[in-house]
Amino acid sequence: MIDPVTDVKGARPDEQITTNPADASQRMRMQTPMIAVAPWVIAILVLLFLPLVFTNNSALTIMNQMSITIIFALAYNMLLGQAGMLSFGHAVYAGVGGFACMHIMNMTDFFASIPLVILPIFGGLFGMGLAMIVGSFSTRSAGTVFAMISLGVGELIAASSVIIVAFFGGEEGVSGDRTYAQPFFGVEFLQQIEVYYLTAAWVIVSALLMFLWSRTPVGRMANAVRDNPERAEFLGYSSRWVRFYSFVASGFFAGIAGGLFAINYEILTEENLNTTSSGVILLVTFLGGVGFFFGPIIGAVVFTLVQTVLSLQTELWAFYAGSLFLATVMFFPGGLAGLLMMHVPVFKLGKAGHLVMPYIKTLIPAAIGVLGLAALVEMTFHYRHAATGDNEMTVFWTTFDSHTLLPWLIAGAITIIGLGIARATAPDLKEAWNEANTAGGGA
Amino acid sequence: MDLILVNLIDGLVTGLLLFMLSAGLTLIFSMMGVLNFAHASFYMLGAYFAYQISLALGFWLGLLIAPLIVGVIGAGVERYGLRRVHQYGHVPELIFTFGLALLIEELVQFIWGKNQMPYNVPDVLNFTAFSISGNSIPAFKVFMIFVSVGIFLGLLFVLTKTRVGMIIQAALSYPRTVEALGHNVPLIFMGVFGVGTALAGVAGVIAGPVLGTFPGMAFVLGSIVFVTIVIGGLGSLWGALVASLLIGWITTFAKSYNIEMEGILNAIGIATPENLSDNPLRDFWALTSPQIADILPYILMVLILIFRPQGLFGKRES
Repeated sequence: MIDPVTDVKGARPDEQITTNPADASQRMRMQTPMIAVAPWVIAILVLLFLPLVFTNNSALTIMNQMSITIIFALAYNMLLGQAGMLSFGHAVYAGVGGFACMHIMNMTDFFASIPLVILPIFGGLFGMGLAMIVGSFSTRSAGTVFAMISLGVGELIAASSVIIVAFFGGEEGVSGDRTYAQPFFGVEFLQQIEVYYLTAAWVIVSALLMFLWSRTPVGRMANAVRDNPERAEFLGYSSRWVRFYSFVASGFFAGIAGGLFAINYEILTEENLNTTSSGVILLVTFLGGVGFFFGPIIGAVVFTLVQTVLSLQTELWAFYAGSLFLATVMFFPGGLAGLLMMHVPVFKLGKAGHLVMPYIKTLIPAAIGVLGLAALVEMTFHYRHAATGDNEMTVFWTTFDSHTLLPWLIAGAITIIGLGIARATAPDLKEAWNEANTAGGGA
Repeated sequence: MDLILVNLIDGLVTGLLLFMLSAGLTLIFSMMGVLNFAHASFYMLGAYFAYQISLALGFWLGLLIAPLIVGVIGAGVERYGLRRVHQYGHVPELIFTFGLALLIEELVQFIWGKNQMPYNVPDVLNFTAFSISGNSIPAFKVFMIFVSVGIFLGLLFVLTKTRVGMIIQAALSYPRTVEALGHNVPLIFMGVFGVGTALAGVAGVIAGPVLGTFPGMAFVLGSIVFVTIVIGGLGSLWGALVASLLIGWITTFAKSYNIEMEGILNAIGIATPENLSDNPLRDFWALTSPQIADILPYILMVLILIFRPQGLFGKRES
């Protein structure tokens, strides 16, 4: 029995802050094991049953690509989001891990004695080894110096991939065959579905490990060093070593992503190392949101979908992806995850219903306007670059002649009207948003 | 001896070209404290605009108008993009310029396609200025040298001798004080950004006919420009000049003299291993200087950042 007078800070029982499990909003704060475990269980179930929904091989390839990007983006966010270090050459660690795995695949005797399942660990170790070497001098400071060293080292290794043929295989890269590994409980990974489950298992394991890492003291200190290195130093922590640990851990998981890439595609080339790949992973991570652990996962899923699905529809997908990225940086620096998490207070206040109508009024016209704009862009592209005489084009399942005036008028009108309505209704949305974020009132 | 002279001139051209980009970039860095990844993209825009203008109005009007357009676009980017992102901190700013570089490349491909543009040296300058023992030096290279030196002197004069330059220098170091004295500091920043990008535009106009006008041209030069100002010291104009010339000469000389790693190693007393073709280090032994010429600047930068993080002429450590 607790003494009612001398309990927490001597407050009286009626003044004590307690949580009432009956209230949904307070239950969230208690961090019960149920709530902590639930997302992981759901993730495992989703990964288990996805192949039952999307059965064809191309869908499996997309999902594998997604899983690899998820691990890589999470590893990248260990640096960017959690430790505040901006790297422009992180593809190098994934690439080197992948190349190491390819070489292990080609060492016939050794490869035949290990199951394929543990191959990514070797990739991780090689990525980690390289990160230890580079990190020993690059993690001295964060910010611009770190970013520049990462760029320099990235360019160096990418350029040497064409020169050092023994390891990087020159321009044709290194290829191998995953099926020579020791069978894992009879599975030889001949089929795409088997590779899918291997990748999925690694996604869960690595994501869980990275999540747990962010909850360890060193993960927490990484946040402290990101926000205020001087203060962290006064507390007795070496900010350099904290950065180094984050960097090395990130290199390890990037290497795992590289190893999975090697298993999936059975070939690695210079493309896996170059600045473009490093830029893409930065884009993915930032698009998803660096502020939350699950941000890069959203980013990886969305980006892979944009990349694969949109690139089938249009040659201009990189242009749209770039515009989306720039819009994210300018208007939603929290990324997609930040955008989602903005709504948590609204739900806690129980006012989410107030937002539905304003959202419909603004976002649907805006979406239509953006689609109209995209149609204009496509038509301009077709007008400029299509072969002479080829005047027919198809946008949004409508085929028309891009050299006549009418389609331009229609697309222009749709764009202007859509964006105009969105602009007109935006103040209402803002008001509704403010109202929904205010406690009390007529709920 | 003659070859050395030719290489000196070639390196000078490359170095001065780099300097025109790095001068603007280093000014912008002193102002915002952030590297502008899209700087080389403005250089590319300069070349493409000049090409488009030269089709209609000729090379000389292109040289005049294209940098102006690029400068206006640059000022617009600062006013409506960077100033907005500035409130979120440095990392988003850096990422913004990175995204901008990607987008400009896509945009250029969208408008002009993926092929190289037939943007050529104007006929007036298409002759051999002089030749050194059989190696002819085209007049356009001499023209490039004169333009870049002229711009450097002009920039130096404006920055150190005029009232505007004084205010800019003061605004770079003590923006709040200058603001308190009644100057419009955001406008100055926008102006510096515009002028910096216009300089990159000039570089694009005069480099386009020589180095080729294609969508990858920003990417080729982009990271070298950062390397330059990091080596020279962030924010230092003289450092940018010295580093540009250094990189220009190093890469030119490395390309024209075939120095082999085997020769160097043998000279310092390491014997070539037998059965070189089976040796795991065989690629290292077979290295030649033209092979690594393009990555020498990166090696130099990493070394500088390790041993002298503020750069050759830099004062501050960021």
